[in-house]
Amino acid sequence: MRRGRKGALAALAVLYLFAIFAGFLAPYDPAAQARDLAFSPPSRQHVLGTDGFGRDQLSRLLYGARISLLAGPLGAAISIAGAVLLGGAAGFFGGWIDALIMRTGELFVAVPWFYLLFAVRMAMPLRVEPAQAFLMILALVALVGWARPARLIRGVVLSARTRDYVVAARSLGASNVHLLRRHVLPQLIGVTLTQAALLAPQYILAEATLSFFGLGVGEPVPSWGNMLAVLQRYDVLSSYWWMFIPAAALVAIVLLYSMLADPLHDGAGGR
Amino acid sequence: MPAVRYLCLRIGHGLLVLLGVSLLSFLLAAAAPGTFADELRLDPRVSPETIATLQARYGANRPVAEQYVLWLRSIGRGEFGFSVIYNGPVGPLLWPRVRNTLLLTVPATVFAWLIAVPIGAWAAAGRGGWLDRSTTAVTTALAGIPEIVLGVGLLFIAVRTGYFPTGGMTSLDFDDLAPWQKMRDVVSHFFLPVAALALISLPVLVRHVRASLGEVLRAPFIQAARAAGVPERRLLFRHALRVGANPLISLAGLSAAGLLSASLVIETIMSWPGLGPLMLDAVLARDLHVVVAAATCSTVLLIAGNLCADGLLYLADPRIRIGRFS
Repeated sequence: MRRGRKGALAALAVLYLFAIFAGFLAPYDPAAQARDLAFSPPSRQHVLGTDGFGRDQLSRLLYGARISLLAGPLGAAISIAGAVLLGGAAGFFGGWIDALIMRTGELFVAVPWFYLLFAVRMAMPLRVEPAQAFLMILALVALVGWARPARLIRGVVLSARTRDYVVAARSLGASNVHLLRRHVLPQLIGVTLTQAALLAPQYILAEATLSFFGLGVGEPVPSWGNMLAVLQRYDVLSSYWWMFIPAAALVAIVLLYSMLADPLHDGAGGR
Repeated sequence: MPAVRYLCLRIGHGLLVLLGVSLLSFLLAAAAPGTFADELRLDPRVSPETIATLQARYGANRPVAEQYVLWLRSIGRGEFGFSVIYNGPVGPLLWPRVRNTLLLTVPATVFAWLIAVPIGAWAAAGRGGWLDRSTTAVTTALAGIPEIVLGVGLLFIAVRTGYFPTGGMTSLDFDDLAPWQKMRDVVSHFFLPVAALALISLPVLVRHVRASLGEVLRAPFIQAARAAGVPERRLLFRHALRVGANPLISLAGLSAAGLLSASLVIETIMSWPGLGPLMLDAVLARDLHVVVAAATCSTVLLIAGNLCADGLLYLADPRIRIGRFS
């Protein structure tokens, strides 16, 4: 089980290296069209085939990985930073600050995730440049996803605050800043890492879903979500199986992340 | 009557949350750059006068707070605001959509549980055996398949085999069919989306059934019953399941969130006329009141699901009935 986790980490690292070095590895320009080669099946020239504009799938997959794979961890980092800030404040200060933050968080948890995502998407402009769209998606998932980790972090901070040694430190005159840095924040490392590994794939899927429905990163910049969007066409769905390749990539990524995060996985051996 | 009081408290809390959610989504949506008017202006067939009239009717020129109050008041009339795209009140749009969404999610929940309970129970009973290990492998793999991938994947199967229609809720010649044919038509259309939703919710359920029953099966009373010669199947489904049911019932409420959320994606991909496509189209058209109403509506469904789970828990667990709930 430990080995599985290490293996997943290594595989993810390799995939991220592919994304980072897309410029070196991609055989073609991801936006270069070859109209006479539309939907040509995998061949020696185009290893993963081409799409409707004759663009090379492999190159698009590699460049798309930049957006799709980065959206997850970056979004998770931002929303967890927000969660630590808000959940930490709620747990540490208590009182009306706690009530305000947690009641607001409750609203974000009360709406089914995709409905919330699309409702918040409404607050942002409909048509955006691809680069801005990426930042927009980061802002979106951070805004939507802070509440759940904030709840957990509040709980940890609350229990840390009432520990004997923290009370003792406070009675010795330690300042809030000292207490937070020295005694409370170190306790959060475990929770935040697990939450990050859980949120990252969820956010990767959020990007894919938004782009799939035309509300995320748009053409001509590839992302795994908008590469899949073409499958909404009946003829493409029935005839060109290689257009499913980004789907396989998505599944692989989610599985690797879940191997990294899933505590159930560790116990699956048969305790 | 602690139960009634408890129920009232829960419903009151739910109403407050709904008010908050509608206010939040209203503020977010109203803060958006660009309104429906900008989308309409792109269409040269729509005259500026029409847009001005619509804006006046919509109350789009007034301050946000006033718009929100007007929207709340329209709920009292059952209107839930005014849809610019459908050119009418939102309420009548909403109800058939909600019904269609429930038509998918409720059977999907039932099927998922009917499959998850025996599989999870057998996996828990034969812990570490081949059934357990293959169940874990399959659920892990299923949990890794995103909604959009599962949606297009099932559609692909439908297209390739031709057994199932590929979308919508009824065939084109629906109106000409005899009543029982109508029924068959709708059922054949709803098979794929229900299967998709059941498959999406299955992994979580199986895992929890397995974990919950696994814990119960280690309890001394199970050992005692086994020693007394109670057959394994009876032990599992009669004795263990009853004790392990509590966390599972709570889970049923919690999993409603994931189910509704997945339903948005599946409905849209399979063009099932539920709440999801309504929401998505409204976001694309900047139809503010429809977005707010659909988001609020999905929250209502979620809260209702949780209330149902609470009710079940109340019926199932005598400890809760005598008043030891928090």
